[in-house]
Amino acid sequence: MKTKKRKTKNDRVIPGFGLSLGITLTILSFVVLIPLATLVIFTAGMSFPEVIKTITKPRVLASFEVSFLTAFIASVINTVMGIILAWVLVRYDFPFKRLMDGMIELPFALPTAVAGISLTALTSNNGLVGSFFAKFGIKLAYTRVGITIALVFIGIPFVVRTVQPVLEKLDPSYEEAAGVMGADRFTIFCRVIFPEIWPAAITGFGLAVGRCIGEYGSVVFIAGNQPFETEIAPLIIMSKLQEYDYASATAIALAMLIFSFLILFLVSFFQARNSAMIQGRR
Amino acid sequence: MTEKNESKYVKYLLITISVIFLFFFLVLPLFVVVTEAFKKGVDQYLQAVTDEYTVKAALLTIEATFFAVFINTIFGVFAAWSITKFRFKGKKILTTLIDLPVTVSPIIAGLIYVLTFGRQSILYPLLEKYDIKVVFAVPGIVLATIFVTFPFVSRELIPVLESQGTDEEEAAALMGANGRTIFWKVTFPHIKWAFLYGVVLCATRAMGEFGAVSVLSGHLRGKTNTLPLHVEILFNEFQYMPAFAVSSVLVVMAIILLIIRSVIEYKGKKEEE
Amino acid sequence: MKRRFISLLFTAVFAAGALTGCGGNGEVSTQAATNGSAAVEESKDVSLTNVSYDPTRELYAAYNELFKEHWKETTGGNVEITQSHGGSGKQALEVANGLEADVVTLALEYDVNAVQNAGLIDEGWLDEFPLESSPYTSTIVFLVRKGNPKNIKDWDDLAKEGVGVITPNPKTSGGACWNYLAAWSYAKKNISEDEEQIKEFVKKIYKNVLVLDSGARGATTSFVENGQGDVLIAWENEAFLSIKDYPDDYEIIVPSLSILAQPSVAVVDKVVDERGTREAATEYLNYLYSDEAQRIAGDNFYRPSDPDILKEYEDVFDLDVDLVTIEDFGGWNEAHEKHFADGGIFDQIYEN
Repeated sequence: MKTKKRKTKNDRVIPGFGLSLGITLTILSFVVLIPLATLVIFTAGMSFPEVIKTITKPRVLASFEVSFLTAFIASVINTVMGIILAWVLVRYDFPFKRLMDGMIELPFALPTAVAGISLTALTSNNGLVGSFFAKFGIKLAYTRVGITIALVFIGIPFVVRTVQPVLEKLDPSYEEAAGVMGADRFTIFCRVIFPEIWPAAITGFGLAVGRCIGEYGSVVFIAGNQPFETEIAPLIIMSKLQEYDYASATAIALAMLIFSFLILFLVSFFQARNSAMIQGRR
Repeated sequence: MTEKNESKYVKYLLITISVIFLFFFLVLPLFVVVTEAFKKGVDQYLQAVTDEYTVKAALLTIEATFFAVFINTIFGVFAAWSITKFRFKGKKILTTLIDLPVTVSPIIAGLIYVLTFGRQSILYPLLEKYDIKVVFAVPGIVLATIFVTFPFVSRELIPVLESQGTDEEEAAALMGANGRTIFWKVTFPHIKWAFLYGVVLCATRAMGEFGAVSVLSGHLRGKTNTLPLHVEILFNEFQYMPAFAVSSVLVVMAIILLIIRSVIEYKGKKEEE
Repeated sequence: MKRRFISLLFTAVFAAGALTGCGGNGEVSTQAATNGSAAVEESKDVSLTNVSYDPTRELYAAYNELFKEHWKETTGGNVEITQSHGGSGKQALEVANGLEADVVTLALEYDVNAVQNAGLIDEGWLDEFPLESSPYTSTIVFLVRKGNPKNIKDWDDLAKEGVGVITPNPKTSGGACWNYLAAWSYAKKNISEDEEQIKEFVKKIYKNVLVLDSGARGATTSFVENGQGDVLIAWENEAFLSIKDYPDDYEIIVPSLSILAQPSVAVVDKVVDERGTREAATEYLNYLYSDEAQRIAGDNFYRPSDPDILKEYEDVFDLDVDLVTIEDFGGWNEAHEKHFADGGIFDQIYEN
């Protein structure tokens, strides 16, 4: 590739730095920063020990556990399936491939409430899928499994769409060379392909986890909302709001927000590696 | 390509896994939506879809989607430009902040705007003085929609701009071209397809947003109801069939956008070659 | 070629932007105009916003038509009514946060108090309309599957092992507070005066809860559409609606003791004074007590407050059921403090 990163500072030959950064920061402030700052201000009405006390109540902690655990499992499923899907879409040709490719973003467009309602209808024990599992005494809807199913649906696009471009840019000659040297497909995947795509997969995973932890619309329908069992953190925020308890609601919201920020910040390190890979420099 | 030495067995296995996965997690839920929508026949379906409130909700959805796309496009282009063409401190924080809205719970997203512009806010007396209504009115819905789709355009542009590097722009700048000329003549042709792709993705996501909008809308029938909220209202009125019918309208709108996306991607790839 | 593409794209974007922008402005100005005219020609054409809770959709859809006619007859003007429905607590919160409601018609006195605490409703609203500002009442009943396979007759059957109960979460649903309080009253009367034992009984019922939905409608959906549980603790009117839709699938069981649920209505003083709609808003709520409106309430399975009209519906409602009221709990503030506040008895039921 033709780009080389120059190490010299002050190479702003290109005009427009002030203008573009200025516009970026202005819009960012109005849409993201000021509203988020309000959240912090509202939480600041509580003392720090009070905040800690609020977010470490057993029921709140249990809801964090439910949210994090299901989001994590759903994202792991989506990461594995996302890599397989990206691989299939990039490497193989088969009928309806373009249709399959186009479908990936549908979960974005379907309102989450509709997704929740139709998934519940499918997986409740008289639903199309649920009745099959009910025969074996397995409940899907109104359990953590149900929550995970809804989150898998929500998170499908993330990993596929981050891994896909990397796979597309991957030079097949390495694999061929490895093949010629006698490596089997599995070894090639582990040694040659996987090291290239994992930063992208982690990026997608991080985004999916972040999205799933906060998901509300689809989950409330399928979850059953039992305290300590299937009550998710956003629902606790909702119920705090109903009690006009703004301080607690914002404290929990802030805790979740900080967590999202940390995930994204970690992910951005992988992302830097990732974009370097797309460009071919290492 | 490597397809030759790929065993057929693995190929079909992987395709089968993918198809089964997508069938259960994507096609079946959509299938439920469509069958429920037509449960009582086409006449009833058309009646539900052309209902006065449905049409109003659809118009509001289009309006909110439009504004979200518009603002995010402007933002995305400038943000991507400043992030990829210049080096400055705090860039990682900036990109993280831009991505943050995707992972913020929709409930929190709605809440922060209620806190910022609602009656409890310090800004409220000011807004009231000029008779500006933000929350529980159309501007609030638009804001929430902008928030949830905030990084969609810039996320598409940044990798493309990054891989393109800064050499061409620097050369143009040294030859005396001004910023606008550089952007339109040098940069934009490279990002054209990524740009359109981002716009379409942003629109797709904006249409379907439910949680954040629900917190901010006030559910005033015919005034602040978007299509996803209208679905919820119908559902709560035990009108299951119409609820699914309206959902299917959203699905159709999404499919149209995704077809456009496919075409854009195809054209972009063709041009690349 | 490329240039044309770009300029076309942007002209399109800007043109559309300008169009929608104007559309938006137009809307604002027409609204301002109607407001203005309403202020000048007192009570001619008015628009009202009624913020209500979930199960009253059908009731107000019917009542609004009646009121439009009534308003036309008495003043010659037109009235346009915008409805908003949702969980009662959430609706109150939104009004407190700036949702412009001329009247609120909520599930609980407590929720109207929340709006009052935000400085929007003047003190003493409870006495502004007859009968503590509740033009219709309801109660809590059980909805069971046809034939009542689990033989559920009263509250103690809900505490039995193997019974699946569906009820919404009192933390997010106003109606669910009534469910909980009714169960509490039953235990207090029939089991023991001792608070620990009452708690134990209520805890057993909530142990049997399969799905704790966030709202009354969600709970009905879990029970009716998704086939969860054996019994739904429901508003009487919701139960009747389900029977109307599926006459062959469900039965209503009226327990020996239930609670008189008194939904509250109030004029939002600050908003009506700003918008100049006080007269219409007051009449809107007053007319709820008229014979015609009381019959609409009855037809929608709410118990009319007017005792004579209630008699007309005696073959619909079980009028013999023993009804306790919120006064038995010392009023809403006390009940809320003790049972539903953070760390209250409802939380304790789940927390140990």
